[in-house]
Amino acid sequence: MVLDYETLKLIWWLLMGILLIGFAITDGFDMGVGILLPIIGHSDEERRIMINTVGPHWEGNQVWLVTVGGALFAAWPLVYAMAFSGFYLAMLITLFALFLRPVGFDYRSKIDDPRWRQTWDWALFTGSIVPPIIFGVAFGNLLLGVPFHFDDMMRPIYTGGFLQLLNPFALLAGIVSLLMVIMHGATWLQVRTLDSLEWRATQIAKGSSVALLISFALAGLWVAFAMDGFVITSMPDPGSAFTPLLKEVSTRAGGWMLNYQQYPWMIAAPVVAFLGMIAVFIFSQISKHGLAFISSTISVSSIILTAGFSMFPFLMPSTDNVNHSLTMWDAVSSKLTLEIMLFVAAVFVPLIIIYSFWTYRRMWRRLDVNFIRDNKHSTY
Amino acid sequence: MISEHLVDLSRLQFAMTALYHFLFVPLTLGLSWILVIMESVYVMTGKQIYRDMTKFWGKLFGINFALGVTTGLTMEFQFGTNWAYYSHYVGDIFGAPLAIEGLMAFMLESTFVGMFFLGWDRLSKRQHLGVTFLVAIGSNLSALWILVANAWMQNPVGAAFNYETMRMELTSFSELFFNPVAQVKFIHTVAAGYVTGAMFVLSISAYYLLRKRDIGFARRSFAIAAGFGMASICSVILLGDESGYEVGDVQKTKLAAIEAEWETVPPPAAFTAFGWPNDETMETDYAVRIPYLMGIIATRSIDTPVTGIKDLIEENEGRIRTGMTAYALLKKLRDGKDTEENRAAFDKVKDDLGYGLLLKKYTANVTDATETQIKAAARDTVPPVAPMFWAFRIMVASGIAMFIIFALSFYNCAKRQEYKKPWLLKLAMLGLPLPWIAAETGWFVAEFGRQPWTISGILPTHISTSTLSADSVLNSLIALVVFYTLLLIVEMYLMIRFVKQGPSSLHTGRYHYEASAERS
Ligand code: HDD
Ligand code: HEM
Ligand code: HEM
Repeated sequence: MVLDYETLKLIWWLLMGILLIGFAITDGFDMGVGILLPIIGHSDEERRIMINTVGPHWEGNQVWLVTVGGALFAAWPLVYAMAFSGFYLAMLITLFALFLRPVGFDYRSKIDDPRWRQTWDWALFTGSIVPPIIFGVAFGNLLLGVPFHFDDMMRPIYTGGFLQLLNPFALLAGIVSLLMVIMHGATWLQVRTLDSLEWRATQIAKGSSVALLISFALAGLWVAFAMDGFVITSMPDPGSAFTPLLKEVSTRAGGWMLNYQQYPWMIAAPVVAFLGMIAVFIFSQISKHGLAFISSTISVSSIILTAGFSMFPFLMPSTDNVNHSLTMWDAVSSKLTLEIMLFVAAVFVPLIIIYSFWTYRRMWRRLDVNFIRDNKHSTY
Repeated sequence: MISEHLVDLSRLQFAMTALYHFLFVPLTLGLSWILVIMESVYVMTGKQIYRDMTKFWGKLFGINFALGVTTGLTMEFQFGTNWAYYSHYVGDIFGAPLAIEGLMAFMLESTFVGMFFLGWDRLSKRQHLGVTFLVAIGSNLSALWILVANAWMQNPVGAAFNYETMRMELTSFSELFFNPVAQVKFIHTVAAGYVTGAMFVLSISAYYLLRKRDIGFARRSFAIAAGFGMASICSVILLGDESGYEVGDVQKTKLAAIEAEWETVPPPAAFTAFGWPNDETMETDYAVRIPYLMGIIATRSIDTPVTGIKDLIEENEGRIRTGMTAYALLKKLRDGKDTEENRAAFDKVKDDLGYGLLLKKYTANVTDATETQIKAAARDTVPPVAPMFWAFRIMVASGIAMFIIFALSFYNCAKRQEYKKPWLLKLAMLGLPLPWIAAETGWFVAEFGRQPWTISGILPTHISTSTLSADSVLNSLIALVVFYTLLLIVEMYLMIRFVKQGPSSLHTGRYHYEASAERS
């Protein structure tokens, strides 16, 4: 292939972003639906309607997460190793929460008993609310830096504890992430349900878009004015292969804003994120539900891009030894692996998008009580 | 140094979660094709009963599938959470098939599985059959890629060590993919899955036939299972794993352990059918030997010798000593003495670096190992023999038993008298646990037999773990056991409930319980 190593590293950074966005905008709405289940689904039938709007899709959506995991392993093995083992307890909690979803969706309707179904409702709620909070908190900690370093054999060593992950800024990031998912789920339900459910979903969409706007703005101010960012001061040629031990890094106040000074076009990401939230509010207000969902999708994608742009080229800064911070230049796989995986992704990501669209189009309709009554035994 | 507890607990956790995942995997692999067969018949003949069959077995498929996905998630996380050094050391190679699996297989399988369950009235007959087919293809592709990854651990081809990045790096993707171990593993494992699916349908159908209910439904299911199972069990047995044994260091050790072959004997070797392998004395007590058989099974010839355990240990001791030199040179290179000369010297011995790393279990510096430590490390290169010996025999015995069951069922189906033979139906019901027993012992042989390596000859298990406290792994292990047990109880409860209801659970008004009772 004609691409040099440096370009490949950059492309992979973008590609990971695309996969993350894929995860957030697809699994995002079904997690949102899971969270809203006990909140706006007032009867078993209403909850079944909500579940069946995502019924045929949640499974495929969740694979975006699996694929992010796999791609992380393949493209940035050091990040996969350090983040997963360092955040051990957090990862396990996420995992246990995720366990509840496949069984919740699949088993809930199998038995017609209120206690059985209520149990699974709470399982789905838990399985849907915990992961977005933890992902948000984890991301907040990335911005702050994580206490880890490597020994001379490149063995990753994490020196922090679990409780220190729960600091105020990280919790704010967790809230941003949670509100994002709720807003997305609510706009989805607006387009896929009718009557009272539709109305309740609209109210939630409006409320959460405002709350998200405020918390996202707060987080932005915090990062800009009250936090040290990380900056590379010297490193080997980015087109060569090297480990994270070989560069020099320093921290400085407002460091995470430097990219926006250097590449002003990046400001588009947070701006579009804000505009998207405002659009969600307006379109929900004037009952343009389809447009509200699209605005939400755009807003969610832009929030993720904002996060990526702020940290670029850092992936996981270290506070133990700032020089050991992981960046997209040095935590990556070899050139050959990146090439092959790029080829695979270039073939399959578009294919996945095409056939996913097909399934959405086939199943697209608004669901109501009659649908559940007619298909009592064959739906979730 | 890394605590033994941490290593043992991490291994235990991985083994537990992997074996648990593989309770559900083979049924998905096999049942998905059986669904394709049933639905194809429906599309071709238009007979409603085949649609009901697809839907009913599909329900059971769904109950199983949910736990397959749930437990798969653990596996995907676990390399990072518990095997961080491993993930760094071989991620460049190992990560690729995992990511490809996600993009190529899981996406396909999971996007369409929802359509399989909920798309019946939104899709045309043919479209729905297509969806079922894509689910089956997806699950089989996922097996392909994960087994490519797994086979690389057994026989690490197409990769080289890079001392600058301190890890293994990919040198040839085609070697990785066309790894001979991967090919035999894929066929054996996937066919084992088909056997599982077939035995599942066969046993449950036999249960209905014994109870004399839903006869038409059950006979058709039984026949499909008998045919599919017959073909699959033959592939499992005939296209077994033996050919993979010509390659790879670990495979030789495994073979010797499976056969409790302590000494290299002149070919053709005898097969020890029974006995009690004793790791202390390095002898097999009470052995019953069948002449020639071993040589034929293992090497497919009568003149290739099978290397014995004692010789393998001796060979490995030599490699450990070379590995110490390699380790010393690596230190020099990484300490900035990156000279042409050192690099050339390192290149000569770097293939044995992994053997040097085996000493990390005994001394952090490797180069200062004592004679006793070297001997102990060499002894470590052979896994405990008795568990290997027995696990393998349990798998093979289950395989033979299933062969008999399928053959009898197939024969009687062909003569259209299977439903009249209670002994056959009872036998088929008894066979239900066999495929799981065989598959779990099979994985045990494959993975335990790889010890003390995670990557054969390259990375010892001992240093592959994350830097965690043993306590945190113990806690996660306990939590997993509790959680998994609960999930299994719920799953079994639903399975049994729906199996008992049978096709009546479809509420079509055509089956046993509805005809007599409900009929509303
Ligand atoms: C021979 C086959 C095989 C083997 C050895 C494994 N798996 Fe598996 N896995 C499957 C065959 C399979 C499957 C048949 O495709 C499953 C089982 C049921 C299912 O839903 O898909 C699956 C599900 C499954 C899922 C859920 C996918 C989804 O959301 O749809 C994940 C993340 C993994 N697996 C990951 C792993 C990992 C990391 C393994 C290595 C230790 C592993 N599996 C061993
Ligand atoms: C791609 C697929 C797989 C990979 C990459 C893999 C990898 C590993 C790893 C890293 C370990 C821990 C280190 C060790 O003790 O060697 C392990 C152990 C083990 N795995 Fe696998 N495994 C895979 C599939 C499976 C499956 C599907 C099973 C069975 C259901 C299985 C059974 C075991 C067992 C029994 C052990 C414990 C061996 C011991 O005592 O150390 N593996 N495997
Ligand atoms: C009857 C003759 C059989 C023979 C000679 C045989 C041979 C083997 C061997 C040598 C291994 C170890 C492979 C390795 O170390 O990598 C193995 C593994 C395995 N076996 Fe069998 N087997 C037989 C029957 C069965 C049956 C009936 C099943 C299940 C239904 C089964 C399922 C497995 C599985 C799942 C593995 C682990 C995956 C793998 O390594 O391929 N086997 N088998």
